[in-house]
Amino acid sequence: MEQILFYILAGTTLVAALLTVNTTKIYRAVVYLLIALLGIAGIYFQMNYDFMGAVQLSVYAGGVMVLLVYVIMLTEKVGEPIRRIAPFRRVIAGITVLLLMGLALFAIWKFDFQTLGDGSPVTVEQVGKAMLSYDRNGFVLPFEVISVLLLAVMIGAIVIAKSKIQKNTDQ
Amino acid sequence: MIEGISIQVILTFTTVLFFIGLYGFLTRTHLIGILISLELMLNSEAINFVAVNKYLHPQFLQGAVFSLFILALAAAETALALAIILQVYRRTGSVDVKEVKELKY
Repeated sequence: MEQILFYILAGTTLVAALLTVNTTKIYRAVVYLLIALLGIAGIYFQMNYDFMGAVQLSVYAGGVMVLLVYVIMLTEKVGEPIRRIAPFRRVIAGITVLLLMGLALFAIWKFDFQTLGDGSPVTVEQVGKAMLSYDRNGFVLPFEVISVLLLAVMIGAIVIAKSKIQKNTDQ
Repeated sequence: MIEGISIQVILTFTTVLFFIGLYGFLTRTHLIGILISLELMLNSEAINFVAVNKYLHPQFLQGAVFSLFILALAAAETALALAIILQVYRRTGSVDVKEVKELKY
């Protein structure tokens, strides 16, 4: 049962991802990306890491999606196909990507993984305690660095998006 | 970990997802399209972190916590990149990388 569910979720995600990079309409790309992100959230739930799945749903499927749709509405004429590189170059890119993927898959299937997992869930309590503890297995420093980064990004995004347009010299 | 699914299967899935994202990153010329492909790549990495943590080192929390950090970084990067894209559109009237030549010089 778990296996079938995983294959369904993974298949849906991969198909949606392929459609995301191949569609010529940017809105459709965003909707396919949403489907892929929902599939990934399902895989987190399957791996017994509910908190990550919930965060994935709220941050990605909620926040990032709204941002993307909003900016597309501001910048794009609806229904106009977007451009990609020439078909010949696309084929070259595909071949390169397939070769690299083959290399990575070869390395993965060659390596002898020592699986120890017992399927116990990662709880919110564990994650919260680990993030705020400053002993050996604590993550308080990266946590603080991330919060400073988020503050910087917040200020930066406001400043960049609000700044006045200077007239182009060659227009 | 998922019952009956080995770590190789999950890593294969994330690898394919990553390289689909890379293909989109290489072939798109639309700035938001490039950003969307980047999201796919970041997501596959985050699954990798969680999977390796759950399968190989279940006594630690490193992968679980750092996948959350990756998510925060991805959201931050998206917000900043979209602000820049908006400003680029205001200046040049286009969001296509071929039209945006000012950063070249």
